[in-house]
Amino acid sequence: MEPNLKDRALDVRCDTLRAIGHLGVGHVGGCLSVVELLTVLYFEAMHIDPAQPKMPGRDRFICSKGHAGPAVYAALANRGYFPKEMLLTLNQGGTDLPSHCDMNRTPGIDMTTGSLGQGFSCAVGAALGSKLEADGAAVYALIGDGESQEGQIWEAAMFAAAKKLDNLIAFTDYNKLQIDGSVAEVNDIAPLAAKWQAFGWNVIEAEDGNDLEQVRLAVQTAQKQRGSGRPTMVILNTKKGCGVKWIEDMGTGNHNCPLSEAQAEEAIRALREAAAQDKAAACGKEA
Amino acid sequence: MEMRAVYAECLAGLMEADRHVVVLDADLAKASGTLALYKRFPKQMFDCGVAEQNMASIAAGLASYGFTPWIESFTAFSSRRICDQIAISIAYAGMNVKIVGSDPGIAAELNGGTHMSMEDIGVLRSIPGLVIVEPVDDVQLRAMMPVLQAYPHPVYLRLFRKETPRVFGEDYRFELFKADLLRPGKDLTIFVSGFLTADALAAADELAREGVEAEVINIHTIKPIDRETVIESARRTGRVLTVENHNVIGGLHSAVLEALAGERIPAAAVGVQDRFGEVGKLPYLKEALGLTQENILQKARMLLEM
Repeated sequence: MEPNLKDRALDVRCDTLRAIGHLGVGHVGGCLSVVELLTVLYFEAMHIDPAQPKMPGRDRFICSKGHAGPAVYAALANRGYFPKEMLLTLNQGGTDLPSHCDMNRTPGIDMTTGSLGQGFSCAVGAALGSKLEADGAAVYALIGDGESQEGQIWEAAMFAAAKKLDNLIAFTDYNKLQIDGSVAEVNDIAPLAAKWQAFGWNVIEAEDGNDLEQVRLAVQTAQKQRGSGRPTMVILNTKKGCGVKWIEDMGTGNHNCPLSEAQAEEAIRALREAAAQDKAAACGKEA
Repeated sequence: MEMRAVYAECLAGLMEADRHVVVLDADLAKASGTLALYKRFPKQMFDCGVAEQNMASIAAGLASYGFTPWIESFTAFSSRRICDQIAISIAYAGMNVKIVGSDPGIAAELNGGTHMSMEDIGVLRSIPGLVIVEPVDDVQLRAMMPVLQAYPHPVYLRLFRKETPRVFGEDYRFELFKADLLRPGKDLTIFVSGFLTADALAAADELAREGVEAEVINIHTIKPIDRETVIESARRTGRVLTVENHNVIGGLHSAVLEALAGERIPAAAVGVQDRFGEVGKLPYLKEALGLTQENILQKARMLLEM
């Protein structure tokens, strides 16, 4: 693993909290659950250049669950697409960092998303575009578990397999919660892996989608499926609100919740302290 | 010549000239007249099957990759079925996708009410920035296609796919956003779109025999409407009649009256009176829904008496 990948994930998580805390409200839960994925993609897996956000032949990331925008912005800022100060404009009038991803406003955002299900089809279209251009790029797409109740997800799944788009690597943020309750209660999508397999996709599952090493291995395994003639779905079993105990404990309530600046700063302090302790413990072990 | 044959021929030309022109279908390539092109352009044509929403968003993804996709279905499914995908994946995202809806309004004939879009223009007209065009005949369609391809923003093309009466001469030049004056007059203006244009012209001939000079203007670009031409003509003639194969709510009539808001000019509409369609052949449907030449004449005479 890149030695400081853990630090990167910590920064992305802290900057997500800081941006939402500065505003006072946001989609906290579904942002924090995908921090590890975004870190692995933007700092290790993707062929991109922050100096050229529109570089031809770049890998693309399409966040179909567009409400995770704030976490994507934190990853982009940390990767150098724009200054970190810009994160504090999140969702303010006139900002280039709206609640949901907007490719025409934010450097590094590859697709405008927010109406659930559509971004995934767009990703399939981009993967088809890449095949037609034969540019060797990969298209990474992130969908939500609640989003997987949209019929359009399965229309896109069918088409991607039929067209053998093995340059498409998708992720499900399987945090098991949606706005009105648990996914199982509201409209169960299980058995999820079996569904994707039945649709002709390679399926990889990360038991803990918030474990950096597991996510890393899953992405690497997915990348090796290029040439299989099948798109790949990586199911990330995540925790909504991951990293901040009281937010995690809110359960469904953390989907779009208030977060004060003080709460955010306290959470950041705790996260950094815990990370420092982990490091010290690791050093102790090595010594 | 059938409109779809001209449409397919034009698409073939566009695809041949630029490999980034692609066509997406939702299992209606045969009806759209483009099925035969699949063999010729295997890397530019994609049938998405019966999944219009997916087709629309896939097109947006392709557009983000530098392609210009043309997506095809019947008007009912190219508008109301994929309204959110057009609004968000295409228009809001600013993706250059051409949306083609065939069989507008009563043109759906034997497919009946489920396929008979009386509302497609109304549904799409309120989506910011979306251009809406409806060609009259094969000449206008042929002239229109390369212009639509060159226009770098989303467009909805409302396409009658069978043969329509020829209205334009071979020397016709198409100008996007600019209405076409078909017949000058001074007593009233008939604004008409689509295949009913021939009926409007025939009605104007009949009115001429009665000593009435009706101006006939074809509004091929319903959004954005050519306000200047609409206002100038309406002010000059002082009476306005709109003729359309669509609900009178939300379509051409609404667009013309919006342009004329505050003008205090008497207006009447020949169009579908806020009802659904039904099965039948065109002559029956014209009668049943009040889209006849006779109805155009009646409404014109009524306006002239005001």
